[in-house]
Amino acid sequence: MKAKHQRLALVVLALVAIIAAGLIATWTLRNQANYFYLPEQMVAQPPAVGQAVRLGGMVQAGSITPQPDGITVKFVVTGNETSTIPVQYSGILPDLFVEGSGVVADGSLDASGVFQATNLLAKHDENYVPRELEGLEAHEAADYVDTTVGMD
Amino acid sequence: MHIYANPKRFLSLAQWLTPLLFWSGLALSLGAIAWGMVNVAPDRLMGESVRILFIHVPSAWLGMGGWAGIAISSAMLLIWKHPLASIAARAIALPGMTFTAICLATGSIWGRPTWGTWWVWDGRLTSMLVLLFLYAGYIALAQATAREGGSTKIAAIFGIVGAINIPIINRSVVWWNSLHQPPSITAGGSSIDASYLWPLLAAVIGFSLLFGGIVLMRMRALIAEQQVEARLRRRALDDDAPRAAVPIAETA
Repeated sequence: MKAKHQRLALVVLALVAIIAAGLIATWTLRNQANYFYLPEQMVAQPPAVGQAVRLGGMVQAGSITPQPDGITVKFVVTGNETSTIPVQYSGILPDLFVEGSGVVADGSLDASGVFQATNLLAKHDENYVPRELEGLEAHEAADYVDTTVGMD
Repeated sequence: MHIYANPKRFLSLAQWLTPLLFWSGLALSLGAIAWGMVNVAPDRLMGESVRILFIHVPSAWLGMGGWAGIAISSAMLLIWKHPLASIAARAIALPGMTFTAICLATGSIWGRPTWGTWWVWDGRLTSMLVLLFLYAGYIALAQATAREGGSTKIAAIFGIVGAINIPIINRSVVWWNSLHQPPSITAGGSSIDASYLWPLLAAVIGFSLLFGGIVLMRMRALIAEQQVEARLRRRALDDDAPRAAVPIAETA
């Protein structure tokens, strides 16, 4: 075996070991490194009442209800499954906060199971669509993108 | 590849390739950014701020692509001992770090109006910040070994080990729940409207050409620096021992 081939084998071996180590580390981190809980995760393993956590998901269509005090809104966050979490928030809403869009809320669950949010972040989805399609609902616009550009 | 082990052959190639890559890349990048600033409709949700896409995405691509280049050069140095490999890796590091910083800065500016925050510690943003720190560490290490005369292998090993961060950045939005959205362009297609996609592709190609031009420029400068140092060293030796019969070979 030439020295060059020996070095090649060593570097390839080292690369395989590094990649395997990285994959194992990130795989074991997969639950800890999440930025937020999905509603189904929060329903399955509810955090302690008052514990600061983040909740992320989609704002359910038709669920945004402004409260009479003018600054409080209630809405429902849905995930990939049927589980939902009701949220209450007082404060300024981000521009991208609309029904059917993604949202990440800082806060905690109260005793009655309502998520009391202290801060709201809007989450943008992976679709970039010009404003000519503004009349369409978000999911219709997504369908439009699917059919025109041939998404998976 | 080994015909370019001769720096003269490499330099004659780089001499005409450098201005070609640099100026065509600059023209294409500026054209794509200008097109994105003026000729693209506002996004349905993000409005005008969608225009930052044409700087943010190519910068992210080059930040990660730069490290891939460092890792490939490092492997070439360790396996084939290619004499240009360590120069290439050193030349890539600074522009790679610059584009990573541009990516983080534009992302932060973009995040404020769209997400409502300048910065969050989610998987994508954190792993990209780690890449910036890896670049800083690589540059410090490569410069120290170049100046103090240590082995270039140390930086090369760091370059290969650091490459593990690249797939983590790429997969961070898929493996973990993150505030950053999942990839828009995948093997299955693109969820970016065609009116954004084409100027984005032009910007990515333009930034890449520009990056190539800058890397070649820096490689030529580093080779010239090595030749000057070798010549100074030889002259210093000649002064010390004027009757030395055997000329010391240039290391460059």
